[in-house]
Amino acid sequence: MDESQRRKEHYEDEHVTTLHPNYMGVFWWLLALTILELICGSLPTGPMYPYFAKVFLLISMAVGKAALVALYFMHLRFETRTLGLIAITPMILCAFFLFMLFPDSGWR
Amino acid sequence: MSQAAASGHATADVYESPLTPESWSKLAMWIFLAGDAMSFGGLLAAYGALRYSMPSCTDPIQLPCWPMPSNVLGIALTGFMTFLLICSSVTMVKALAAIQDGQPKRMCMFLGFTILGGIIFLGLQAYEWSHLIHEGLALSHNPWGTSQFGTTFFMTTGFHGCHVFGGVCYLTTVLIKGLRGGFSATNYNGVETAGLYWHFVDLIWILVFTFIYLV
Repeated sequence: MDESQRRKEHYEDEHVTTLHPNYMGVFWWLLALTILELICGSLPTGPMYPYFAKVFLLISMAVGKAALVALYFMHLRFETRTLGLIAITPMILCAFFLFMLFPDSGWR
Repeated sequence: MSQAAASGHATADVYESPLTPESWSKLAMWIFLAGDAMSFGGLLAAYGALRYSMPSCTDPIQLPCWPMPSNVLGIALTGFMTFLLICSSVTMVKALAAIQDGQPKRMCMFLGFTILGGIIFLGLQAYEWSHLIHEGLALSHNPWGTSQFGTTFFMTTGFHGCHVFGGVCYLTTVLIKGLRGGFSATNYNGVETAGLYWHFVDLIWILVFTFIYLV
């Protein structure tokens, strides 16, 4: 039985409305993280705010935002674990490529 | 006839997608997105490797060096473009929620907002590109530092822009189908699959914005 059929029966049997994730809550988090990113990106680097700390903060916030979009907007949190593995595999491979390229870049 | 029908029905059950029981199209979209993520991953990994291979430009410029994006690119404008894509993602999930609740008109309204967000994003990107090209940024050279800065910038943002354009076209077809009554509370897989694509475009922009504009 497909999901549409299940939902139809759910409607007919129980007369309830669908529960949705808190999309606006996710939106506010994304907005707050974007503003924080802009602040972190615009602050001048120096001894108190080294460049690697800036890069680490920015990438952490970007990954957090991407995770929010994937988990709630793309509903990955409510899907099967195998689908999650399909989704995360490219990210792992990309991180692998990046770290494999770094030594070569550093020696130039 | 009845045997054939029964056989056909049984076949449909046997071939139900194990990962996404609601539709095969959703699984197909996820597999496509995984492959597409590899394309963007390759571009961003190449960008990271090139960026790491040379120092950031200081004053006076000593080539080869990488121009500081905050000194060259319009961060405020792209920050607004990021906000716009996040908003369009919200309107997309609202469209899906609306059709799941059996409100096709509301779905069409939110789909329209999503498409509008995509079109404004493309317009702002065209404005940004034309402004930067006017200032001297090109694929092969630029006045601020290494030529690879322009190459990676245009390749990555251009590839993403193509995805946004594709998404606008895709969502427009979904909207037309919606206006013709093609979706309902029990038949919304097309909207969900299109939404997956649009959220992926948003997700990729979040990473592009951070790597290309902020880091």
